[in-house]
Amino acid sequence: MTVAVSTPRFKANVHEALHDERLQRALRHSDNFVARRASAVERLPEFDALRDSARAIKDHTLAHLDLYLEAYERKVSESGGNVHYARDAAEANAIVLGLCRERGAKAVTKGKSMISEEIGLNAALEAAGIAAIETDLGEYIIQLRGETPSHIIAPAIHVSRDDVEADFRRVHRDLPATRDLSQPEQLLGEARAILRDKFLSADVGITGANFLVAETGSSIIVTNEGNGDLTQILPRVHVVVASLEKIVPTLADAAQLLRVLARSATGQDMSVYTTLSTGPRRPGDVDGPEEYHVVLLDNGRSAMLGSEFEDMLRCIRCGACMNHCPVYHAIGGHAYGWVYPGPMGAVLTPSLIGVAEGGQLPNASTFCGRCEEVCPMRIPLPKMMRHWREREFERHLSPVAVRSGLGVWAFFAKRPALYRLSTDLMMRAMHLIGRARGRFSWLPFVGGWTRYRDLTAPQGATFQSRWRARSGSVQ
Amino acid sequence: MSARDEILGAVRRSLHVAGNEAPRRAAVEARLAQAPAGVIPERGQGDARRRAATFKDEAARAQASLAEVADAADVPAEVARYLRENNLAATLRMGEDARLTAMPWGATALELSRGPSDGHDLNAVSAAFAAVAETGTLALVSGPDNPTTLNFLPDNHIVVVFADDLLGDTESVFAKLRAAYGVGAAPRTLNFITGPSRSADIEQTLLLGAHGPRRLHIVVVGAPGEADAAK
Repeated sequence: MTVAVSTPRFKANVHEALHDERLQRALRHSDNFVARRASAVERLPEFDALRDSARAIKDHTLAHLDLYLEAYERKVSESGGNVHYARDAAEANAIVLGLCRERGAKAVTKGKSMISEEIGLNAALEAAGIAAIETDLGEYIIQLRGETPSHIIAPAIHVSRDDVEADFRRVHRDLPATRDLSQPEQLLGEARAILRDKFLSADVGITGANFLVAETGSSIIVTNEGNGDLTQILPRVHVVVASLEKIVPTLADAAQLLRVLARSATGQDMSVYTTLSTGPRRPGDVDGPEEYHVVLLDNGRSAMLGSEFEDMLRCIRCGACMNHCPVYHAIGGHAYGWVYPGPMGAVLTPSLIGVAEGGQLPNASTFCGRCEEVCPMRIPLPKMMRHWREREFERHLSPVAVRSGLGVWAFFAKRPALYRLSTDLMMRAMHLIGRARGRFSWLPFVGGWTRYRDLTAPQGATFQSRWRARSGSVQ
Repeated sequence: MSARDEILGAVRRSLHVAGNEAPRRAAVEARLAQAPAGVIPERGQGDARRRAATFKDEAARAQASLAEVADAADVPAEVARYLRENNLAATLRMGEDARLTAMPWGATALELSRGPSDGHDLNAVSAAFAAVAETGTLALVSGPDNPTTLNFLPDNHIVVVFADDLLGDTESVFAKLRAAYGVGAAPRTLNFITGPSRSADIEQTLLLGAHGPRRLHIVVVGAPGEADAAK
């Protein structure tokens, strides 16, 4: 069972998103991330050197992934924990469900985890009659709304304060209807009180992991709210769901990655809580879980190794690429139609659900390159989107209009004299027709453009002819 | 074939390896044994006095409050003052940490209790394993001395840091951990805490006190540089 995929309807999703005024208002808040990251980076002269260090660590780990997985597994066992391998989403869900059932668990709390979204864990638990409560405030809000995250680190970024108030009044029926919820502080206070009880009564706590450390067998989570920690220390059983590429060799390596993670994500130097968990409760301990399990998920990652998409496995899920993406800013995360939005989603989604389903996403890019510029792991996202476009074309998955359009262009491009002559004529003609207004609000064959904005009228000469004239005058 | 063998097999096929190549194994063993340090930012470095100053600035940036006292015996009075001046209840929960229990709490009017938190404690005090100047971060380890629940459930968390434990960077905390727990071992829980709990999930408005403590107060014990001077 996985989250429903609406990626094949990408164009329709985009159309809806562009016309959704509430969404467009909410998306303006995502600008904050850009300024915060910039000031955090400015305060750390070593930031770029740390990016190189972080990339080298992940490249080394991926090249030795089998051995680090074995080392990590040994360490988890030594500290009294259990590692379970899952080939795909269904297997991972079955393992978690089995752990919950064998222990008679009725209530489960969850820390924020994109892997759990990827495998559709909540739906699987609910289907088995187990109530899974999301405890990150953003995740809790979207769970009440029956939605999926629209951003990997700010899952409810598309939801307004008014919406949250309405959702809380709809769901928290036991509280007085006359209570004041006009301020964000009051909404937070209400969620804190309600979730406090859930934390204390849960049988199993499920978290993701930002890193898994081979040196010590530790899982690391990074949060600001503290919900992940309450999820993993209060219930009797702690289950970590994480994918293979979260492995790092040593604690020192994790320290390098932590320095670029928080700065790239929220612009903090360090998130409030960075927690290492190593196995279950020790003799003498007065709190902490009695059992510690790790579900290691492949779900397509092993096939990405050694391919042109291997670089994507360096991703640490900071969200900087989507925060700086003009396309994400225009359409939000839900339009991408699956779990991972933005540039990282455009590259990862076709790898995980196939190019037939996810192949449209790599086309949702202006190739401005900002995602690669800000990526702390220096992942060449635009290059990989081009790889996917090529694959989509090779497999005849691109729309007929695109294929025939490219065919026409190729015909002219292979005949330079004809190409120059026809573009020359076209530019002159468009210049004459558009001269009066300086722009076109409608033109045949480019309705996709002119429906949303005007097309500037050409100046009358092609780039090539102007370049020739300019070089001629210089010589 | 088991999922484990199949996944490890798939990884090896993709990497075009068999898994038993000596140079690869040597590279992995060397890295795990030596844990080479990467790029260490200059910000947290310097002598004890400078580290203490940086720690103070960075903790303030993370919205923690901080007080300095000359001696461990001064801690209870500082904690009582902090609670009183912020109109907080005169109760305090702590673990079995000998450094804390040896302090003269009887000289204050605070109502003390010991042990982990069940979610109904307003205030708790813990002793830090170490602190990181670079980011104003506290490092706390689990165990009966300082139960992890005290770091998250009470509304107000007070953390005592001894000046000698004020280190420059996260890597130094890991080195101290290795010295205390052994190579390749770790406490069950190691919490790095940088400021009080917060959330920006409602319209990107930053609010303190999400699920963890609403306030974080740090008490630094001893003058920075005393240990250096003694050497």
